[in-house]
Amino acid sequence: MEIFLSTLVQNVLNALQWGSFYSLIALGYCLVYGVLQLINFAHGDIFMVGAYIAYFVATLFLGVQFGLIPPGMPGWMVLALAVPLTMILTAMVGVTLERVAYRPLRRKGAHRLYVVITALMCGLILEHANLALLGASRRRFPHLIEERLWDFGFFSVTNLKVMVILAALLVFIGLRLIVTRTRIGMAMRAISWDRFAIPLMGIPVDSVIIFTFILGSSIAGLGGLLFAMSYPVLEPYMGALIGWKAFIAAVVGGIGSIRGAYVGGFLLGFVEIMVVAIFPSTFRDLISFTILLMILSYKPTGLFGMARTTKI
Amino acid sequence: MQRLSVPLLLTACLVIAIGMVQGGVLDGYAQMVFMFVGINIIMATSLNLINGNMGEFACGHAGFMAVGAYVSSVLTVAFLTDSRFGPAILPESAALWFFPVSLLAGAAVAAVAGLLVAFPSFKTRGDYLAIITIAASYIIKSAIENIDAVGGARGFMGMSRVVSAMNSTIDLPWMIIWTFGSAVLCVFVIRRYVSSTYGKGVMAICQDEVAANIMSVNTNRVKLVTFMLSSGLAGLAGGLFAHAIGYVNPGNFTILKSTEAMVMVYLGGMGSLSGAVMAAILITFLMESLRFLIPMLDTALHAVYLLPDGYELTQVWKWVIIPLLLILLMMFRPEGIMGNKEISDVFPKLKKFYTFK
Repeated sequence: MEIFLSTLVQNVLNALQWGSFYSLIALGYCLVYGVLQLINFAHGDIFMVGAYIAYFVATLFLGVQFGLIPPGMPGWMVLALAVPLTMILTAMVGVTLERVAYRPLRRKGAHRLYVVITALMCGLILEHANLALLGASRRRFPHLIEERLWDFGFFSVTNLKVMVILAALLVFIGLRLIVTRTRIGMAMRAISWDRFAIPLMGIPVDSVIIFTFILGSSIAGLGGLLFAMSYPVLEPYMGALIGWKAFIAAVVGGIGSIRGAYVGGFLLGFVEIMVVAIFPSTFRDLISFTILLMILSYKPTGLFGMARTTKI
Repeated sequence: MQRLSVPLLLTACLVIAIGMVQGGVLDGYAQMVFMFVGINIIMATSLNLINGNMGEFACGHAGFMAVGAYVSSVLTVAFLTDSRFGPAILPESAALWFFPVSLLAGAAVAAVAGLLVAFPSFKTRGDYLAIITIAASYIIKSAIENIDAVGGARGFMGMSRVVSAMNSTIDLPWMIIWTFGSAVLCVFVIRRYVSSTYGKGVMAICQDEVAANIMSVNTNRVKLVTFMLSSGLAGLAGGLFAHAIGYVNPGNFTILKSTEAMVMVYLGGMGSLSGAVMAAILITFLMESLRFLIPMLDTALHAVYLLPDGYELTQVWKWVIIPLLLILLMMFRPEGIMGNKEISDVFPKLKKFYTFK
């Protein structure tokens, strides 16, 4: 009984950590979708770019790479510097994509699907350009903080796990505050309500959209950094599958709803970890996707999504 | 003459192709490219039926291709060769009639797998349906990975013996004949389907689903039939793909394969059948020519010292160049090559010379 309970708690903690990554990426999807009605298929690859940026930033400050900074900086300081820097640099990548690929199409008034296809292609370019430029060899993320194991009798937890879960929670609360309490959040909600009337009210649509991309991409960058610290092997295709899955999580939660994306990410994390705990691990994708398909068939607009009626 | 011109032209093409293969003009590689063109035509036109004509956003087409590939290759290998499924049941000369039967069986099973997408599509549309198609393709892929009888993640082989059995019975390039025939059949079926009275319901759904429903289009049935037809044709393409290569594994049918089909549809133009065919031909030749162009570019850039010595351009750049081309296309001509038109709309005088309904 006791063993069962401790395994359960351990798995729940693992699921919380795994779900945090899904939540962090799903939040980015959901922000961009909420404002632009655009499925930003490149978001999973922005997460991958974030992990790589985190790797380069961390090795730069540790003095392992480039030789610009002499080695000897303590790990916690590297982490404290790497978090904002990674977020800023990843946000720049996201904004560049918006500027170069999406905005010209939006200006032209192209159909929504063409922008989606462009996003998909941008993701492919990021993935394969990384593979072509940096090579297929995997990279190991350096240890920044020493792992501490806190033992609570029948279960134990590492400080990294607590950090990841707390980061996801903080990002969620922060986003909700920004979207519901600030003026720019109000503008974001207004744009998602009516794209065509809002410019008439004097709201600068383009800068609000840029702000959305900054928020979404910097969250993806933070997720990439935390992911690289938890599972320290980097490869160019790491963003693809996790990005698709986070997108599915966002949809299951009801895309466009921040609460939905957060809950959906954790739901997917729980399903995957529990499947792995019970069945052989090769069944993970099969069972988790089947469950999500069933949820979507039962509730077609996701858990927190609102059903829209169509007027003719 | 007007009525016969298209069949005559197609027959002439096939006869020329067979003659060139028998005469030794086309080597194995050129034959493979020819087969890929046919397979990609089937993939592009069948995806175009959903994405272009029906206006839904399906992005998991490779899953149905995988179903068709596995079903037809398991059937041919089990019935025609001594394999892990036991000794051959049919004689070697039966390959000629059994191969098309197995292709059609694969297509039928893929059409049934299409129900996985068709049933949820009754209630869902738009982005949610996109997710369902992706999830369906992942479910199919990882289900195949977990079936040990067909090799799981390691893949499945033995189809090349079936192909050589066909070739030794009557000495003709049979795979080319079947690919050509299937591509023509696919375009013909889709053309007939879309231009039929029933198929007008597909376009009505594209315009406005609720309005179509009110105007007495049975939207659920139209969607069901369209999804099943499209996934069945993708299964046909899968069966041909498996036998052309002689080896399949689940890694062949990832999201990259679906993306390839989507690129063709959007390059050709949404809802344009002739556009999809043209884009399939164009993309296939582009991909194959990049295989030679990239090493040439590599030597050229090294010759003018634009690249550092230790670095060489690899085939990975193919998947940077093709998306880049598509992004540029989207910027300057977002409606694709043909837009919403068929080739007979662009050149109306052509209508004098052929009928194709």
